[in-house]
Amino acid sequence: MNETALLINTALASGTTLALAALGLLINERAGVLNLGAEGMMLVAAVAGFATALLTGSDTLGFVAAAAAGAALAAVFGLLVIFLNTNQYATGLALSLFGYGFSAFVGVSMVGKSLSPRQQYAMPVLSDLPFVGPAFFSHHAMVYVAMALTAAVAWFFYRTRAGLLLRAIGENPEPAHALGYPVRLIRLAAVCAGGALCGLAGAYVSLVTAPLWVEGLTAGRGWIALALTVFATWRPARALLGAYLFGGVTVLQLSLQAEGVQISSHLLTMLPYVATIVVLAVISRNAAFIRLNMPASLGRPFRPGS
Amino acid sequence: MNDWNASKLSRRIFALAGLAATAALVGCGKKEEPPAPAAQAPAAAPAPAPEPLKAAWIYIGPVGDAGWSFAHDQGRKAVEAEMGDKVKTTFVEKVSYADGERVIRDLASQGNKVIFATSFGYMDAMLKVAGEFPDVKFEHATGYKMAANMNVYDARFYHDAYVSGIIAGGMTKTNTLGFVASFPIPEVLRNINAFTLGAQSVNPKIRTRVVWVNTWFDPEKEGAAAQELINKGADVLLQNTDSTAVLQTAEKNGKYAFGWDSDMSSYAPKAHLASNIVDWSPYYKKTIKSLMDNSWKGEQRTIWGKPEGANDVIKIADFVPAELKTKAETAMDGIKTGSLEVFTGPIVGSDGKERLAKDTKADQAWKDKVDFYVKGVEGKLPSDKK
Repeated sequence: MNETALLINTALASGTTLALAALGLLINERAGVLNLGAEGMMLVAAVAGFATALLTGSDTLGFVAAAAAGAALAAVFGLLVIFLNTNQYATGLALSLFGYGFSAFVGVSMVGKSLSPRQQYAMPVLSDLPFVGPAFFSHHAMVYVAMALTAAVAWFFYRTRAGLLLRAIGENPEPAHALGYPVRLIRLAAVCAGGALCGLAGAYVSLVTAPLWVEGLTAGRGWIALALTVFATWRPARALLGAYLFGGVTVLQLSLQAEGVQISSHLLTMLPYVATIVVLAVISRNAAFIRLNMPASLGRPFRPGS
Repeated sequence: MNDWNASKLSRRIFALAGLAATAALVGCGKKEEPPAPAAQAPAAAPAPAPEPLKAAWIYIGPVGDAGWSFAHDQGRKAVEAEMGDKVKTTFVEKVSYADGERVIRDLASQGNKVIFATSFGYMDAMLKVAGEFPDVKFEHATGYKMAANMNVYDARFYHDAYVSGIIAGGMTKTNTLGFVASFPIPEVLRNINAFTLGAQSVNPKIRTRVVWVNTWFDPEKEGAAAQELINKGADVLLQNTDSTAVLQTAEKNGKYAFGWDSDMSSYAPKAHLASNIVDWSPYYKKTIKSLMDNSWKGEQRTIWGKPEGANDVIKIADFVPAELKTKAETAMDGIKTGSLEVFTGPIVGSDGKERLAKDTKADQAWKDKVDFYVKGVEGKLPSDKK
């Protein structure tokens, strides 16, 4: 029983990286902008967060710096694709490659540095509860932040006027423009918010799950987060669940091995990806479902007055 | 993610190839420069200011990876420090396997006498270029293909793993060790087995649990694997992956672990039992010297370990009991002098079959194709047929 609790614990902890990044990407995409640069933003933010935490000794400042770095990089991307109408796919890919190289370049002196020893996280009282304590109340604060942010974004999307406007722009920017809304500025804001969340995801890796910096630290999680937004049909709560599912399957296969269960580890390593493909295949069977959920103007530039 | 895995695997592969390439490079000096090595020879140092011997290294990773490529670059720097202006070294980092051939050819045509390719995956590229430049020597790390001007070199990481096993066997309270493993290849299996055998030499009740992460590098996954091993009762961990995540996870949980490839003591002051390191500089120095006095020979496979100073276990923690430390150091000395062979029979596989007869010392061919767990390692190999 206790082992199950520990398994849930690791699944939530490792799913949080994906949850934060996917939530950020979902905000961009709901506004109609596809940012394939997630991996690059996560890496640059990871190194920024790590450097800040190293210099100041404060993880909180590290997360703030990472969010700022992610948002700054996203802003550059936003200026290019929203105001200069560059191709979103190509620009996003370029951002990923740039972020990879740039983070490696500026991070050279950070390699091999270590942060102050990490603590075992635990909430007072609650973490002492049997089963639920180790499973749900022994996490780094960012795990709960990710949950809270998901709820906040869902509320914003579906319960606020601004959220409605954002989604409307993602569906079709012309009417919003005709009504006098600054479509491109709103899109830029959404892209920056997405970058900030990807930044938090990057720093979560470099400060919490693998407290160190090396080139390529995030090991492709930005790409998985991109797939998760489709997996979640652009809904925040589903993105969170998808992230935990992915984290859970990954951890489960490690756990089965540690248990000595005799299944090919290669097969087990494929599991999370197989799960993703199966879910994608299932939801894609219903074309109307995808069409209804996918922001209609996703990836299309908006030229006011054209 | 898969790309990452692939590139890491190939990095190692290339590293092996690199060693061979280096050897090869050493073998075939550029034709305009043969006098330069001679200048180093004691007798015939002819003219003033002899041309420096040009040597080049190719790395699969960045030199700042704190692991594999970093260790090779330390070796290159050691050559420079010792030989001064008699050598001129260059290196190219982050050379993907796809670019290997082009980079090796470039370096060969730039007058380098010897080229060291330090990852297994450069093997065929280096062999091909070696055929085109018979006067350049090629040395390839961790591979197995050789030529008249191409050698192979490698290290014996299992020497370190065995000594670490002794420390682990003495420190564990649960009699359960954990191993975060990359890919089920002989090198890694040798390490898992040596770690387990070392531990059993001081504590016969030892069981080792293994988690394969199928990557050389993914800190988050390595950390999660370590956490699962700890959750299942392992309290001393070893890894042959590249990051410090396993060590840091052990620290967070109040368990023990080791550094791998480089000194990782600073990452986890309470968890760090010792660091298993590799030092390529003795081989690099020897190779360069053999070029200078024209004694370099091709078709050689060199595997150095503890006796040659290529592998070592350093920074054994102060809190390791003195008696246990002495046991570890005695084993290290035994390996160094050759009186102790890690793989000495009887060695029984986890399936109960005898793999090495009593009092037999394993030869290189046996070590090259280790494809089983020793008794005490739990679970089945990923490659085993059911």
